[in-house]
Amino acid sequence: MAALTILANAAEGPFDNYLRVAVLAVVALVFGILPLLIALVLRPKKMGEIKQAAFECGLESKGDPWVQFKVQYYVYALAFVIFDVEVIFLYPWAVAFADVGMGGFIAMAVFILLLAESLVYLWLKGVLSWK
Amino acid sequence: MDVAWEMFLLKVFYGILALVAILTFAAYAVLAERKVSAWIQGRVGPNRTTLPIVGDIPILGPFLRSLGLFQPMADGLKFLFKEEMCPGQVNRFHYHLAPILALIPALSVLAVVPFGQYVASTGADPIPLVLADLDIGILLIFALSSLGVYGIVLAGWASNSKYPFLGGVRASAQMISFELAMGLSVLPVFLWVNEPGSIGGLNLARVVDWQDNGWGMIFVQPVSALVFLVALFAESNRLPFDMPESETDLVGGFHTEYGAFKFGLFFTAEYAHVIVGSAIFALLFLGGWHFLPGVEDPWPIGWSGAALSFLWFALKTFAMSFLFIWVRWTLPRFRYDQVMKLGWGKLLPLALGNLLLYAVLASWMG
Repeated sequence: MAALTILANAAEGPFDNYLRVAVLAVVALVFGILPLLIALVLRPKKMGEIKQAAFECGLESKGDPWVQFKVQYYVYALAFVIFDVEVIFLYPWAVAFADVGMGGFIAMAVFILLLAESLVYLWLKGVLSWK
Repeated sequence: MDVAWEMFLLKVFYGILALVAILTFAAYAVLAERKVSAWIQGRVGPNRTTLPIVGDIPILGPFLRSLGLFQPMADGLKFLFKEEMCPGQVNRFHYHLAPILALIPALSVLAVVPFGQYVASTGADPIPLVLADLDIGILLIFALSSLGVYGIVLAGWASNSKYPFLGGVRASAQMISFELAMGLSVLPVFLWVNEPGSIGGLNLARVVDWQDNGWGMIFVQPVSALVFLVALFAESNRLPFDMPESETDLVGGFHTEYGAFKFGLFFTAEYAHVIVGSAIFALLFLGGWHFLPGVEDPWPIGWSGAALSFLWFALKTFAMSFLFIWVRWTLPRFRYDQVMKLGWGKLLPLALGNLLLYAVLASWMG
């Protein structure tokens, strides 16, 4: 209760708006869990061995579900991390664009071209084309 | 009860109100999807469901029934009453966690989406109506919506079954690929609207403010709008990019092993995503709640004006949602390699070039 009171008092501080997002997320959590709990009470329960088998495609499943998959998925993820971090750096620049002047523009233009260059490198290396 | 507590409860109340609204929209978006698909395919669509008292009103009742307006309620009830199975092979904890994890980001994004304006008196600055007036606006939206991928990957993994697993893996690679193009495509917009000397921000209401002459950002930056729109389709896993689901080759994709309300949560999350995505597109590129190009906003002062501006904005949002549905029932699904090629080979360079172009234009024009 004391913790909640502190939370309620924090609501008037500088983090007011962030608290609203948090409140909405918690309400969304409740909206997700509540129908599941209601369904728990209402639903019929008639379990059976065949009913509890994996559905998959309707036929009896064969073999291990942990199939080997392409390494390519990981490569995309690695490339994504590099580019996403670089995109994050562009945001403060776009916000302050009008005030950083020509120097800021040239610096960032070089940065964007480096980004483009690494993209070209990845393409030529062949890691982005799906084989 | 002190004031701080009342303010806190008010926030909770607003949160519940916003979520009830968006869930209602999502439920009726499902109906719209079924009706529009029926219309496109020359069928009738849902027209049988009815309520005891409302359905018995002489002319109105049958009319509402033929529109299928009661269908979402029946669907919701059916989700509740269906036997909720939990297949034996699944990882129980994560299996139950995944749908909730998919729903939370899709709904909590709503906090920073402004939905109308309120003008207190003549000459006063319009105040945007929004739950949380955050400066980081669009960045928070991207941060939260990229969490949505966890729900899908977790669902695929926890199901412990072949097709859901493939769906989950596909989803992870596809969603992160298009996130890049999406993040880059809105950069020129904020570069354009932040004026020299002012405190910059990534608030969506600022972009709407900039479009107050009614001309949408889409006329200034058509390429940004195009890239953003395509990435939006890919992010919400809708056709022609519904690789994670692709029912013809992966049965049901990541939610094959789900049933009853757990499936319902995934479903709700998808449609909430469509509506919030349409709303963000309308705010960024279509002028938000501002009236037609070159026409002064006709919204009166006070709350009636606020309601009208909300309705106008909702109309734009629904038009965009209609586009989502229209595309789904018109275009075939792409192959996975084509999707990845589009994301990395076309959209990403296009977004980068577009950003450079507008940076040059903005510094040239001062």
